[in-house]
Amino acid sequence: MAFSVPAGLEAELEALVARYPQKRSASLMFLHALQEHFGFVSNEAVEWTAARLGLQPINVLELVTFYPMFRQEKLGRTQVKVCRTLSCALAGASELRAQFCTRLGLDAGRHGPQTTPDGKFTVEFVECLADCGNAPVVMVNDDLIGKCSGADCDRVIAKGQ
Amino acid sequence: MPQEYRLILKHADQPGYTPDIACYLRHGGYEALKKAVATPGRELPDGKKQSPREVIRDEVLKSGLRGRGGAGFSAGLKWSFVDRRGGKPIYLVCNADESEPGTFKDRQILHKDPHQLLEGMIISCWANDVKLAYIYIRGEMPRGARLLNQALDEARAQGFLGKNILGSGHDLEIHVHRGAGAYICGEETGLIESLEGKRPYPRIKPPYFPAVLGLYMAPTIVNNVETLCHVRHVVQLGGAEYAKLGTPNNTGTRIVSLSGDVRNPGYFEVEVGKVTLGQLILDANFGGGVRPGRSLKAIIPGGSSSKVLKAGEKFKLRRKGADGQMTQVEVDLLDLPYDFDSLQQAGTMSGSGAVIVMDDSRSMVDAIANLSEFYAHESCGQCTPCREGALWMSKALHRMTSGGGRPEDADYLRDIAQNIQGRTICAFGEAAAWPVLSFVSKFREEFAERGKADEAARAQGLSRSGTHH
Ligand SMILES: Cc1cc2nc3c(=O)[nH]c(=O)nc-3n(C[C@H](O)[C@H](O)[C@H](O)COP(=O)(O)O)c2cc1C
Ligand code: SF4
Ligand code: FES
Repeated sequence: MAFSVPAGLEAELEALVARYPQKRSASLMFLHALQEHFGFVSNEAVEWTAARLGLQPINVLELVTFYPMFRQEKLGRTQVKVCRTLSCALAGASELRAQFCTRLGLDAGRHGPQTTPDGKFTVEFVECLADCGNAPVVMVNDDLIGKCSGADCDRVIAKGQ
Repeated sequence: MPQEYRLILKHADQPGYTPDIACYLRHGGYEALKKAVATPGRELPDGKKQSPREVIRDEVLKSGLRGRGGAGFSAGLKWSFVDRRGGKPIYLVCNADESEPGTFKDRQILHKDPHQLLEGMIISCWANDVKLAYIYIRGEMPRGARLLNQALDEARAQGFLGKNILGSGHDLEIHVHRGAGAYICGEETGLIESLEGKRPYPRIKPPYFPAVLGLYMAPTIVNNVETLCHVRHVVQLGGAEYAKLGTPNNTGTRIVSLSGDVRNPGYFEVEVGKVTLGQLILDANFGGGVRPGRSLKAIIPGGSSSKVLKAGEKFKLRRKGADGQMTQVEVDLLDLPYDFDSLQQAGTMSGSGAVIVMDDSRSMVDAIANLSEFYAHESCGQCTPCREGALWMSKALHRMTSGGGRPEDADYLRDIAQNIQGRTICAFGEAAAWPVLSFVSKFREEFAERGKADEAARAQGLSRSGTHH
């Protein structure tokens, strides 16, 4: 399927460019919008962004490879980000991640993001989500779950099935 | 018993308080902005004349307001460094990257009272002749970004933003810019690079001080969310009146983020220096103490980058006596006033205001291993000592937490950390080195014991993992 950006999104992105004295500044916001729409940042998306902003594709690709939130492959529909940093670790973040993995048939011993074969879930460890008073904290897509319990874990999984 | 003093978070948690502009206006919102733009110029006793904008900048200086983002630098002084003669536009960027582990105070403001931040920003922009400003919000706060965009639309509709704000003749636009999950974007020059659409590689100072060569190589003010909110209150109260809050040289209030092994974790806004570290952790109206049957072991007092403090430690603080003479007093860890200067004198810092508490059930090797993994992951990679050193420390600590400890590990870690600090482009180098240095020196026996036990186990062929790292 050919890469195409819907007209509405394109207009939105054009408006973003106008917010900056230099076009290049809009690249992160472009990548966010494209990732939101397509689920990940493809090479076509990189090239499309570069062309719109008058950049070389490498100027955009090096952002995708640096910033942890940008992904080069499709992730699960429900993305589970378990905070692994100290306050959450003290509150049992490792066990929580392991619980998500086990319940979803993923390997708790493996590092990095893991996606279920049916494409429904991605589970990964991330760094401090800035809600440490509610540790352990899990971000599920755009929503934050503080004091995340085993029951919350079950609920997230049931909802994402 | 000391209480919270809510200035910034006065309304945020009240039942029925909502983040929209109608609610903010009902609670006296944007009154400080109106006051600021109507400020007359004045003549000082020495005959020097101040323009209205200079008056506001002077009030901020007099208020003693210090940055709440980490370094605790005087906001008024920072503004005074801005190059106003070069003819380039001046930019202002609000640092809403909030990524220092342990810190969750800006989150409260951004999600519950975004207009307070906008008011502080608009005043700061007006006072500094800024016509274009950005809020750099961390990527993992998508709801915060939406709320801010809504708030900006509302403020524009009311004439607080856009052309000719409140008839003052001043034009201003503010936009939201989202980060994408990299801690180093919180460092102000990394943030600026990121805002320019690049990798967030910090710039070397000198010459790239943001006040002179910042965004698009133009003078730029970078301030934290909470700092900018305080500007609103400085204007409302007047600099001298504001300075009565808190303690001398440590004025105002600040929001402390308390997490870890306390019964009642959360955020607490207190007058700076009026509450001690012990009260924050133990008092029933703050942390409520450690869990039953546990005792305090260690405190990270100012975000993960600050040096750890050990239960029972004592410090020598310089104090001004009633007669004006400086004397030295010995202060127990728990009696340290929670302010910028006291914590600095105790060899650490209040940083981002994040206190992480650990009780006697915790292994210090495990704790620093966790933090080292963070720094290894977040180093931007520009400087060899930071890139390699942060990774070595993390690998060595990972080895230690998986049965491969050695008696000399504390020294090994110390040597690596010492070779990072002072040898890097940005302060991330210190942020990665200081926690390790403090953990291995203050909990030396624990590292040695772990190393010896692992070595003995290996000698008996019981080890699960190798001795390499
Ligand atoms: C590695 C590193 C990370 C930082 N992260 C943040 C952050 O997340 N938020 C913040 O406000 N300041 C952060 N800072 C401090 C900023 O560089 C800068 O000093 C601050 O935003 C200035 O604002 P203030 O003077 O109002 O505190 C960080 C500094 C370093 C060295
Ligand atoms: S000290 Fe570390 S984070 Fe800072 S510029 Fe150097 S490599 Fe990057
Ligand atoms: S440590 Fe998990 S949210 Fe901060």
